[in-house]
Amino acid sequence: MTTDRAAIVVKGLRIVVEGSGLDIVNDVSFSIAPGEVLGLVGESGSGKTTVGLALLGHSRRGAQIKSGSVRIGDVEVLELEEHDRQRLRGRLISYVPQDPASALNPALRIGTQLREVLEAHNFGKSAAERRARVAEMMREVALPDEAAFLRKYPHELSGGQQQRIGLAIAFACRPRVIVLDEPTTGLDVTTQAHVLDTVRNLATAHGVAALYVSHDLAVVGTLATRVAVMYAGRIIELGPSANLFQASSHPYTQRLIVAIPHLTGGRELVGIPGHAPSPGRRPSGCAFEPRCTYAIAQCREAVPALRPIADLHDVRCIRAEEVRGHGPTRSEEIPRGGIESVQSVLTLRSVHAGYRGRTVLHDITLDIAPQECLALVGESGSGKTTLARSIAGLHSDRWGEIAYKGTALANVARARPREIRRSIQYVFQNPYGSLNPRRTIRQIISQPLEVFGHVRQDQVDRRVAEMLERVSLTASYANRFPDQLSGGERQRVAIARALICEPSVLICDEVTSALDVSVQAAIVELLHSLQRDLGLAMLFVTHNLPLVRSIAQRVAVMSHGRIVELGGVAQILESPKDEYTSRLLSDTPSLELALETAVS
Amino acid sequence: MAVVSQAITPEVLTTRRPTGALLRSALGLRRTQIGVGLLLLILAVVLLGPRVAPHDPNAFVGTPSSLGVPGALFGTDHIGQDVWSRFLSGGFTILSLAAIATALGLILGIAVGLVAAYSRNFLDDVLMRIMDVILAFPQIMLALVAIATVGPNPLTIILAVGLTTMPRVARVTRGASQPVVERDFVAAAEAIGVPRYRILLSEIFPNILSPLLVEASLRLTYAIGVIAALAFLGFTAHPGAADWGLMIQENYIALTVQPWGVILPVAAIALLTISTGLIGDGIARASAGIDRTRGAG
Repeated sequence: MTTDRAAIVVKGLRIVVEGSGLDIVNDVSFSIAPGEVLGLVGESGSGKTTVGLALLGHSRRGAQIKSGSVRIGDVEVLELEEHDRQRLRGRLISYVPQDPASALNPALRIGTQLREVLEAHNFGKSAAERRARVAEMMREVALPDEAAFLRKYPHELSGGQQQRIGLAIAFACRPRVIVLDEPTTGLDVTTQAHVLDTVRNLATAHGVAALYVSHDLAVVGTLATRVAVMYAGRIIELGPSANLFQASSHPYTQRLIVAIPHLTGGRELVGIPGHAPSPGRRPSGCAFEPRCTYAIAQCREAVPALRPIADLHDVRCIRAEEVRGHGPTRSEEIPRGGIESVQSVLTLRSVHAGYRGRTVLHDITLDIAPQECLALVGESGSGKTTLARSIAGLHSDRWGEIAYKGTALANVARARPREIRRSIQYVFQNPYGSLNPRRTIRQIISQPLEVFGHVRQDQVDRRVAEMLERVSLTASYANRFPDQLSGGERQRVAIARALICEPSVLICDEVTSALDVSVQAAIVELLHSLQRDLGLAMLFVTHNLPLVRSIAQRVAVMSHGRIVELGGVAQILESPKDEYTSRLLSDTPSLELALETAVS
Repeated sequence: MAVVSQAITPEVLTTRRPTGALLRSALGLRRTQIGVGLLLLILAVVLLGPRVAPHDPNAFVGTPSSLGVPGALFGTDHIGQDVWSRFLSGGFTILSLAAIATALGLILGIAVGLVAAYSRNFLDDVLMRIMDVILAFPQIMLALVAIATVGPNPLTIILAVGLTTMPRVARVTRGASQPVVERDFVAAAEAIGVPRYRILLSEIFPNILSPLLVEASLRLTYAIGVIAALAFLGFTAHPGAADWGLMIQENYIALTVQPWGVILPVAAIALLTISTGLIGDGIARASAGIDRTRGAG
């Protein structure tokens, strides 16, 4: 990509924590050609959103753009006065935020909000011309352009429609550059697929240079022509997507790829031990060195330079040639024993559930065998969490029979015998909400012991330490508070709290959806080994189809409160019988598919 | 075998209690420091005053409402007692009654608020409507009715002020608890069958401490005001005994001749309410700061 025809050129961008001078982002340079989509990938804390905002000359509170240049055509964004920069935003460069629901003004009709952008930038000469442009924008993002639709308020639209409005606003004044900050994160796969199509079409049709910021390699792989991978504030690898994913030359990129669950070929996920260093804790040499299997003494000496390893393909690793030659080490297929026909631990017979007067679960019949992992897959609103909560006794509006080893369960956990409350354990989706911020890890993990009794006070500490080690933490965590732990560590603590009960059924409700991919991989690894070693029966609720491969033996696919398909993992993922399952599969972004299309 | 054995080395080994951190950061603010300083000053007057008072507060030392009595630093009051000695001895009643009444109001209000927020059913409505009814009457009026009916003994004053403090505390408690009740750690405790009272006390209560601390200092400020006002209207626990509120009432007629009998108790009550107000404000500001930095988590 030659710089003279690029739509935007970023050079040597450095962003620091205000006051302390610690780097958040350092030495970031790239350019994007008109019509090209550059994917910016990184895990949380890597600085990807900070870079995205810096393209608009904006920095979040506490961050300061220290040096570097962002040039759009002849305009140097970082040298402009704030007032001029504001006129630039929306006109030359625009931004699509992650959460459309909070980005749109809930009190204004969407038509008003669309017109507002055009008026703010004096786009079009007359009101009629602007109205025509609004209608055109609506058609471009595949939304109805009639007046009735424009008179709707944001809350009357679905999440996907809201995000399309976000796109329409961003593309309204025909900017030359657009920054998309994880615009599909909160959306279902089907909606996500449509929004991604829209982004791609708009970018190519109007020759807009797009920076697509995301943590999801699979999404970026399907959308972007080139990809930049960020780690600890620096771009560590940059190249055309096909090259980057097939001949990745940085150890971190390789580990990241291995951590992604794949739709084809079930295999164990391999997480990356440790976690990314935060600003101020970054080592003086290569930031990935402490977690890297290729690390040598020389890595610690200086930050490696970003150097070309192939045509258009740059990498920041001194051993890139070796790394590239090696390729990511993939682990073996998960052995899947057939499930013997034994008595099920959990049986559900025509279970229905209501929520605020509506029936949200219809006639669910399921069996979970001992030591079996059953995955419950569905999009948001399919009722999968309601089902999981009904089993755990956290959703009381339910009828039909749920039985544990032949004993029918009461609707509310409190009404169940102590033995059953101990045997069925639930791990929540969000580890940021499921641990009481005012209690220590010891208090949190030992809470079940207080309830179920029988453990002497001096034994509590020992049991807590045992559980912490079971989930790959150390006993020293016991005295900490949840806010001193990372998301992955918190989820481990939540799992430890479930394990201390010595359960026979573990219900995991989207336990990895709030976590980064490398952390997700580590948690899935942990759950898989626990399930195998402790002989747990597990209900693994997820919206992530590829993840199912790596952990479950059987899958139940849910849609609109019903189970539409139930069967072995291989059968469902490879030859789905239900139409809904096939659609879900085809809409799921997958790295393998992205690579196949990129190669052909 | 999967890599389960990967141990993650902890970066921070320090322990800290979030509430302690809140109070510490509140103490870092100038307004809290001034508030605490003033409160300590008043407490010193109240507790040490009776020991250093030059005269018996009820002893006759000279001409009533006069400034020129030897040995009476701030003159004499309307019946010839030493103003300085009465001032030094007169704070204990008001302060202790206010503290006990506030404590009572806090305990009742927190209990009602927690139960209402956690119940999430008709009990919530019933409890809060009762609170609204009490809230509809001005605090001083309810206290006056109670004292006029039963008579001004310390218990009545405490009950009257405590019970009228309750609904305001209950509102704040319920409001702060509602988002906490919906969080997953409460569901996690319910799923393993933790008793309800334990969920209220050890899961929810610690999470609403910061708004409650602010509310507690605000309620204390009001209780001091109400009790001083009651004393001013003549409703004191011990008629005739030294009491700041009573002193104002006794001496305000002679304000132009002998202002000290009014100025000293008024200043003390003002400083006391200002100090508790400043402390409350400091905690509120500190907790807002803490919550802001925690926003991401």
